[in-house]
Amino acid sequence: MQVSNSPRTLFDKIWDDHIVERLEDGTCILYIDRHLVHEVTSPQAFEGLRLAGRPVRRPDATVAVVDHNVPTSDRSKPIEEPESRLQIETLERNVAEFGVPYFPLLSASQGIVHVVGPEQGISLPGMTIVCGDSHTSTHGAMGSLAFGIGTSEVEHVLATQTLLQRPAKNMRVFVEGKTGVGVTAKDIMLAIIGRIGTAGGTGHVIEFAGSAIRDLDMAGRMTLCNMSIEAGARAGLVSPDETTFSYVKGRPFAPKGEAFEQACAYWRTLASDDGAHFDTEVTLRAEDIVPSITWGNSPQDVLPVDGIIPSPADFKDPAQAAQVQRALDYMGLEAGQKIAGTPVDVVFIGSCTNSRIEDLRSAADIVRGRHVAPNVRAMIVPGSGLVKREAEAEGLDKIFLDAGFEWREAGCSMCLGMNPDRLTPGQRCASTSNRNFEGRQGPGGRTHLCSPAMAAAAAVTGVLCDVRELIREPV
Amino acid sequence: MDKFTQLTAIAAPMPNENIDTDQIIPARFLKTILRTGLGKNAFAAQRYDGNGAERPEFVLNQEPYRHAEILITLDNFGCGSSREHAPWALLDFGIRCVIAPSFADIFHNNCFKNGILPIRLPREICEMLMDDARQGSNSRLTVDLEKQVIIRPDGETVSFDVDPFRRHLLLEGLDDIGQTMAHDDAINTFEHQASRAWVPSITMETTK
Ligand code: SF4
Repeated sequence: MQVSNSPRTLFDKIWDDHIVERLEDGTCILYIDRHLVHEVTSPQAFEGLRLAGRPVRRPDATVAVVDHNVPTSDRSKPIEEPESRLQIETLERNVAEFGVPYFPLLSASQGIVHVVGPEQGISLPGMTIVCGDSHTSTHGAMGSLAFGIGTSEVEHVLATQTLLQRPAKNMRVFVEGKTGVGVTAKDIMLAIIGRIGTAGGTGHVIEFAGSAIRDLDMAGRMTLCNMSIEAGARAGLVSPDETTFSYVKGRPFAPKGEAFEQACAYWRTLASDDGAHFDTEVTLRAEDIVPSITWGNSPQDVLPVDGIIPSPADFKDPAQAAQVQRALDYMGLEAGQKIAGTPVDVVFIGSCTNSRIEDLRSAADIVRGRHVAPNVRAMIVPGSGLVKREAEAEGLDKIFLDAGFEWREAGCSMCLGMNPDRLTPGQRCASTSNRNFEGRQGPGGRTHLCSPAMAAAAAVTGVLCDVRELIREPV
Repeated sequence: MDKFTQLTAIAAPMPNENIDTDQIIPARFLKTILRTGLGKNAFAAQRYDGNGAERPEFVLNQEPYRHAEILITLDNFGCGSSREHAPWALLDFGIRCVIAPSFADIFHNNCFKNGILPIRLPREICEMLMDDARQGSNSRLTVDLEKQVIIRPDGETVSFDVDPFRRHLLLEGLDDIGQTMAHDDAINTFEHQASRAWVPSITMETTK
């Protein structure tokens, strides 16, 4: 339903096309095309349906997967932690009772919900996609409006396939130019968050645009949109293009044949019109972006890899200075020192930010022919069973295993301290995940966010270091 | 959500201010996968001793108040964390109505979402109703949401205010979901638009 003829943003178009009804106070009943469900935020929602005697309105638009609680070691054994086991068993009971399609733990397609959705062609351009998880923003890379919701809203979508929503503001981030050697989507996103801050996107949906974004493959765009949430935004978006369409084509749940052509014709209309109004616009030059790493406990605490750890004295605002001091203390870092050269204990390559085949390939390029430094525990956790299989078919597992990495099963793993993969207090980790909050990877754990290539470089040198020094001439 | 029209029930007096959500349901009980089943741990710290035995002095451990469906208390009930587990615990215990001079905002909202009627009344009236409640099983209060009155054991009435929209939802037993479901025709029409023909269905067979 187009509301006016004035130029519209990509967000406006998807929004307008999903309005079921506009209520008197401006709230919209928004139709939801895809509802992804995982074991942690859904139990009370299903319970609510059961108590009210309501069915799931559209099981055929809903997909469930287990990821947060699952161990990433040997899956043939029962899950040890009773509360984790209960959440998983509860999901299994719920999907059976309500007829919701489900990828079980032992399925080759199981994986992190935000990896599985696009990979299966469940998440498609032009859709509205929700999940009881903030990193649902990942799916915006498809050119879809995708955002996280709470448990009451999960129940609302299960029952009605809609949500009561008010429109967000529009923000556009342009990244123009060509990125340099060793610079990945992760570095672009860290640079964006470093520029606008973790509250910069509050109340907005961010559309990523510009030539450097067009040049990214789908995995890179997913990394970018994934961390929109760390920039404070409700969602991230990339306008769908030929890269998107060729990614989608042939995926198990993508439209086929004529339906695909019909879909493509529609998807091609999904770009912001010339002259569309953005409430906020930001531009970065791709050439200015270098391999980056975080030093503190907020994703905006980002440094170029050759940067210097800040000092509280650099900040006029006493509250800010105190926060910097607190982060330095927690992270066990010295103000004024180079971040490069800091020894690490653990390297984690995984999470819905960076666990796709492209991420593993870029890490393997650095690792090939090298060995994990002594005293470093290095782990690779593919984002899904299918990513794992594909990597094995390419022989990447062998590169990692020969180098001394652990090669694990798919899941959220060390991205959050909910399953057995955790940092111990004081351990320092180069991590490809998205949050470096205190205790996020385990109580007392110290997280440095970076790209898969940078993490791989830290694994083989044993210290945070500049990946560009390890990149070999192409043979 | 169950309708709330008229309730005649035992009321339990809790003459304290600032009863927070941590008291209503302590944090260690939040790991549940259910909204139900929290009632046995409602007010756990006051209700049980270190060995899990009931403390006889706590009002909800006493007859007839262990059957209470109305709670009468003092200022700022439900302050603290936003946990929806607090109204879930009260409801599961059997409480359908809380009467107090004031409520914490989020808790107040959460009550309506879960079919609990929170009633704000001046402190003197709350104390008067608490005295009624202290008369035990012979003293039932009737809360009539349609007429917006509380009928005391002696037949006297006390009227109260309530937001008309929320009153409507409670009387009809409608939650947000129920509200949206009233727009079912519009949702159906939306779903069947020709322009949406490309959107594929996901079926059980295909995920195997
Ligand atoms: S990988 Fe991390 S951020 Fe992604 S869904 Fe799992 S816990 Fe959340």
